[in-house]
Amino acid sequence: MLMQKNKTAATRRSRLTRDVSLSAPETIDRRTFLKRSGIGLGVGAVAGQLGGGMMRQAEAADPGKEGKVEIRRTVCTHCSVGCAIDAEVVNGVWVGQEPVFDSPINLGAHCAKGASVREHGHGEMRLKYPMKLVDGKYQKISWDQALNEIGEKLLAIRKQHGPDAVYWIGSSKHSNEQSYLMRKFVSFWGTNNCDHQARVCHATTVAGVANTWGYGAMTNSYNDMQNAKAIFFMGSNAAEAHPVAMMHVLHAKESGTKIIVADPRFTRTAAKADQYVRFRSGTDIPVIWGILYHVFKNGWEDKQYIADRVYGMEKVREEVAKWTPEVVKEACGVDGETLFKVAETMAKNRPSSIVWCMGQTQHSIGNAMVRAFCILQLALGNIGKSGGGANIFRGHDNVQGATDLGPNPDSLPGYYGIAAGAWKHWARVWGVDYEWIKSRYASEAMMTKPGITVSRWIDGVLEKNENIDQGPNLKAVVYWGMAPNSQSRGKEMIEAMKALDLLVVVDPYPSATAAMGAMARKDGVYLLPASTQFETVGSVTASNRSLQWREKVIEPLFESKPDHTIMYLLAQKFGFEKEFTKNIKVTNNEPSMEDTLREINKGSWTIGYTGQSPERLKLHMKNMHTFDVKTLRAKGGPCDGDYFGLPWPCYGTPEMKHPGSPNLYDTSRHVMDGGGNFRANFGVERDGVSLLAGDGSASKGADLQFGYPEFDHVLLKKLGWWDDLTDEEKKEAEGKNWKTDLSGGIQRVVMKVHGCHPFGNAKARAVVWNFPDAVPLHREALYSPRADMVEKYPTHDDKKAFWRLPTLFKSVQQKNKDIGKDFPLILTSGRLVEYEGGGEETRSNPWLAELQQEAFVEINPKAANDRGIRDGEDVWVKTPTGAQLKVKAQVTERVDATTCFMPFHFSGRWMGEDMLKYYPEGAHPIVRGEAVNTATTYGYDSVTMMQETKTTVCQVVKA
Amino acid sequence: MARMKFLCDSERCIECNGCVTACKNENETPWGIQRRRVVTLGDGLPGEKSVSVACMHCSDAPCMAVCPTDCFYRTDEGVVLHDKDQCIGCGYCFYACPFGAPQFPQEGNFGIRGKMDKCTFCAGGPEKDGSADEHQKYGGNRLAEGKLPLCAEMCSTKALLAGDADVISEIFRERALTRGKGGELWGWQQAYGKDGAPAPAPAKKEVQK
Repeated sequence: MLMQKNKTAATRRSRLTRDVSLSAPETIDRRTFLKRSGIGLGVGAVAGQLGGGMMRQAEAADPGKEGKVEIRRTVCTHCSVGCAIDAEVVNGVWVGQEPVFDSPINLGAHCAKGASVREHGHGEMRLKYPMKLVDGKYQKISWDQALNEIGEKLLAIRKQHGPDAVYWIGSSKHSNEQSYLMRKFVSFWGTNNCDHQARVCHATTVAGVANTWGYGAMTNSYNDMQNAKAIFFMGSNAAEAHPVAMMHVLHAKESGTKIIVADPRFTRTAAKADQYVRFRSGTDIPVIWGILYHVFKNGWEDKQYIADRVYGMEKVREEVAKWTPEVVKEACGVDGETLFKVAETMAKNRPSSIVWCMGQTQHSIGNAMVRAFCILQLALGNIGKSGGGANIFRGHDNVQGATDLGPNPDSLPGYYGIAAGAWKHWARVWGVDYEWIKSRYASEAMMTKPGITVSRWIDGVLEKNENIDQGPNLKAVVYWGMAPNSQSRGKEMIEAMKALDLLVVVDPYPSATAAMGAMARKDGVYLLPASTQFETVGSVTASNRSLQWREKVIEPLFESKPDHTIMYLLAQKFGFEKEFTKNIKVTNNEPSMEDTLREINKGSWTIGYTGQSPERLKLHMKNMHTFDVKTLRAKGGPCDGDYFGLPWPCYGTPEMKHPGSPNLYDTSRHVMDGGGNFRANFGVERDGVSLLAGDGSASKGADLQFGYPEFDHVLLKKLGWWDDLTDEEKKEAEGKNWKTDLSGGIQRVVMKVHGCHPFGNAKARAVVWNFPDAVPLHREALYSPRADMVEKYPTHDDKKAFWRLPTLFKSVQQKNKDIGKDFPLILTSGRLVEYEGGGEETRSNPWLAELQQEAFVEINPKAANDRGIRDGEDVWVKTPTGAQLKVKAQVTERVDATTCFMPFHFSGRWMGEDMLKYYPEGAHPIVRGEAVNTATTYGYDSVTMMQETKTTVCQVVKA
Repeated sequence: MARMKFLCDSERCIECNGCVTACKNENETPWGIQRRRVVTLGDGLPGEKSVSVACMHCSDAPCMAVCPTDCFYRTDEGVVLHDKDQCIGCGYCFYACPFGAPQFPQEGNFGIRGKMDKCTFCAGGPEKDGSADEHQKYGGNRLAEGKLPLCAEMCSTKALLAGDADVISEIFRERALTRGKGGELWGWQQAYGKDGAPAPAPAKKEVQK
């Protein structure tokens, strides 16, 4: 039955192709390919099942029925662009989805994922009630039983092994309030063993960028890219990963902006570019230094800017001088002429902007790659300018917010870190005793030691106890809104799951964790149904740092509960619910999200999460039409002068009315106008050289028109500004600095009265002396098919205790020096527009699942022909881990003959086996496929423990 | 009276399938029925172009001309619609359509071809506007609510335009002017050959006659 359906689809397609394009080359596109290959019983069965749901929904959607249509404004949960959505709700049923043309961010536009969110209101494949694995099968249990059993087991583990034996994986899909509560919750449990998606997404960016100029975030906005004269994408496929961003980019292109894309793969973004640069995966630094070589050679660098605002550029110059066109070509495969053209385009079309994503971050030297890219922009003088900037597109809808406020193993909310001072600051905000928090931890040392990262939790279980830098091995893992198939070394993850005492999943969908858990174990797995963001309220931070408030669209479906309610219930079980919600009203076990945001406002001075009160955010959501699309600024109306969503930093108290910062470090504006400068966070001097900004290089209208350090009570007094504080403020500000003064007085006086920046005014650092490579150096991936390059550009030495674990670099690389003989192809991964992250949620959505029905590997025609592989055939992708993945071959010129590409959104098949039987009945993703990370190899970033998934090796053979 | 048309700007289309999904959302078509598709030419090669295709609501619609039960009709706004009660699912319209717009759901135990389904320009069918009956058979009726088709309203890059032909052609003309290129994509050259050939051969023959 389905065979026929697909045949007609294929016939139609070929007809169309013939009619429309007589001269088009003979290629097969991805849709046709997948339509043809997506023939299978599984799909047919699902289509049958869907019938009922669709019918019911059609009835609910009956516009003729009684009931008032209510409009609830929310924000898409599928990427960091932050597209607004108007949901039409009748009698509690989500019956319609309307574009919000007023949104200055997306102007009503959506990609496939955004256009599909109403399907969440159907939720056929959701995890519907708490479940427990009994004898290898999931059984329904009650919430009471689930919370009791999970609670008892966790408390028993805590008693026997200590709090560090439990690993808490939070979520970048939680709202700001939920992710903030999550970090608080884990702290009160007594461990730093918590993390979320940001670790495997942009951890290298956050560390690299923050260490370069102050804040680890996108500097400008999607909208501001309309002001760029050239845009350079490297390791970003925005057309599939952030499609609505392309609205702004293509609009810019039409006004003459030059688009450059550098990527090992000819992406859909590359198809829209003026220049495309194909390079060998993992050689970003040679490419960037190859470009900077021409910038320096031709004197295109911004000399005044470098003198005033950049530290250490001369050291970079020395390194770059080594990267002559010949050396560059040998390393990355790109010739000098191509890179000269890129350099010329970026230099002669200023302000020029850069964009990077996971293509650049997920490497064992990711921290250095992103810094090299930053340095290119500093050399060109592009940072702190409208139209310039480092436009780092984040992934999940709230990965920026969760990074800023959420469960990070090395920091409390607001990047305060985990030193004693940070704990004391937050203890004050939370209204709890510092000593009490300390008593929850195994020791003071464990309280101030960064936890294990999510990329390595499996080693926290499997590593020998004497090798790990904490007391116990991990005994329990709680997957609270993250997919396991987004972490590398999946084959070993199964072993880790077997070794655990307890595995808990809290998620709207059972997720691949449930299936892997049931595959690995017979018992000891619990599933708790969480609500989606459409079933609760809260704020979400888009990639451009704008916050938006979501209204509740529908009540929690089935037996699901909002994440913060589940946190509260567990806190109750653990006996710290009173401390947990000291300043927060709780109704029916649900902590108030408004109160939670107010608590965030009360404490997050470092990054300006203080001015965005729930009232101000809600006002913005109601008055979207008053904001300008290009500048994001409101003209008139109740939000007059504000930037949309009060992009952080929005300093001071809400009453100070800071408008938010549209473009970071922009000296052309007054600080009360969203202007700023680079942060003084690394001292005032290094080896006799001042780190403070040069004279005349300060934000507009600042009383101090030169470099200055960050503000505290001492500096304020020295400058004679102390008496600008009110008596009330003085009382609080005494002995404090701009980050810890809870009155906000220091920020008010510095900014509003004196026009200065509370975090000081310093130079950006081209040399980051606290990183393994102070000047970014190219080092080959641990698994590289090029033995000659490994020889020339070896990796780091092994580390003994790094984020509590031994971490291997050189020993792995040396052992696998000749791996190219058996695994000659580079394996890299990336996104498809229809799916998100690990993909279980989106693959459970029939509207999306229908569009991508098979996992596949892209392989070049030459590589395929050499292996006797034809398009659409089943192949095994084999990697050095011994894992092999059975997927369809898509033979395409999109990749070159040395590279293979796999999308990373699939799961539900395991080395050839369908995992359907391991899912709870009726709650499995419609489309299942091999997860690329089942087969990915070892390799971690030398600063952040980011996993190396963008460059590894494989062999492909016919199945 | 406005004359409704679609236009897809291939310089902007990034094949994100937002339009395809928006259509599903608005019309709740079942698995396997896609009233709108995105077609990519030269996939993975320099010059790759995508275009979103559905029923083009032809001014002289071949489906209408060939239908044995004469189930098609054209609204005052130029939208080509059909009456599912009259449709016999023969598939003739599918052969006539240059765009492959008509779709046929499988129905019954033997998977026989069901009633034809296609893009309605979000204008429903012959039943009363906004009625349950109309919704069940044809999906949404946005035109009756004063809205345009959801596919175009939600297009991620504003590549897909829908609306009064005069208005959308003006939008496209302005874009082509700003770009300084691209106008040819919808003109004579694209249809009959490149290199600025003034007129295709068959036309010449006709002139000679």
